[in-house]
Amino acid sequence: MSDDQYQAVRNSTQHFYWKLFVSTFLISAFTVGGGFVIIPLLRAKYVDEYGWLDDKETLNLVSIAQSMPGVVACNSAIILGYRMAGIRGALTALLATILPPLVTICVIAVFYSAVAQNAYAQYILKGMQCGATAIIASVAYDLLKKQLKKRLALPLVIIAGTFVANYCFDINLMLLILIDAVIGLALMRDKRFS
Amino acid sequence: MIYLLLFWEFCKVGLFCVGGGYASMPLIQASVVDGYHWLSLKEFLDIFTISQMTPGPIGINAATFAGMKIAGVPGAVCATAGFVTPSLFLCIIVTRLILKYGDVAPIRRILNGLRPAVVALICSAGLGFVILSLWNSETVPQDFKETLDWRGIVLLTGAFIAVRMKVKVIKLLVFSGIAGLILGLAAERF
Repeated sequence: MSDDQYQAVRNSTQHFYWKLFVSTFLISAFTVGGGFVIIPLLRAKYVDEYGWLDDKETLNLVSIAQSMPGVVACNSAIILGYRMAGIRGALTALLATILPPLVTICVIAVFYSAVAQNAYAQYILKGMQCGATAIIASVAYDLLKKQLKKRLALPLVIIAGTFVANYCFDINLMLLILIDAVIGLALMRDKRFS
Repeated sequence: MIYLLLFWEFCKVGLFCVGGGYASMPLIQASVVDGYHWLSLKEFLDIFTISQMTPGPIGINAATFAGMKIAGVPGAVCATAGFVTPSLFLCIIVTRLILKYGDVAPIRRILNGLRPAVVALICSAGLGFVILSLWNSETVPQDFKETLDWRGIVLLTGAFIAVRMKVKVIKLLVFSGIAGLILGLAAERF
């Protein structure tokens, strides 16, 4: 769709911003899990139900969202909102995405402070911590396996170098990320790396 | 000003976290746990655990929880606002550029370099959590044989097998919690 078409769609929808806010808010409030769960839901709402965006462009926009820093779900909301209705659209969608977790977590944090010292709560938390640790260990294992399978030297050097610098020498993470970004920019032009 | 500091710290996290929710954890840890000692590693792991079970992106949940623990509701708002501010600016600018000029190749190349970096950072955070689960301390203690927590070994091994068998996250955490309670009560008795 062209910019004019977007404007026409927006003007023909009654209470566009309110609808955008409510639909995004509800999706964010009831989705457990990150960007990869939320994106299909946003797409179903914006593209299939309301016809605010066209399908192919949404895919392109979402791939930009995935390559930007920050949380994928928020980036998608910002970019899709921006495409539909400019800066106001981006702000509306972003606010609707972050409000539900903000409220939920504030409530939980109050409970957490109240029960965290209780012995039984400690036992339960200990169990759940081990569960969460197993999840992240499993994620790390899968990511590592995927990189090893590619049999490319440079990514493995980056992994080893970054890990040692971070874990053993406590070098500033942001500095490490900058260095790796420069290595990528300078040396990883080839298709094999993507 | 704790609020400004929270906003600024999470701004930096938001700017440098590339590669989704898990990638934001090491950065938040570096700032909140290792940098400013606002939270202990155990509290931080609690945040991560709770984030897995509540709606919303993990990065936002962690920012909110950390902000809340450090400076109440205004702290939570500042941390979360800081976290999404860089995304807001960068996403809009880059979307404009891409809509105008088409594909931006340098971003691809930067991401090629960052993908392995994220793997390393997640491994590093994971190792810290494993040590915490097994020894209840942030680094492996000198007397690592005596201080090893047998509950941690049982719970972690069980949970890891369950994850590899593709048990869903919520179910896994509920059962891990129950198992933790049973083992804790058993340890009290005997």
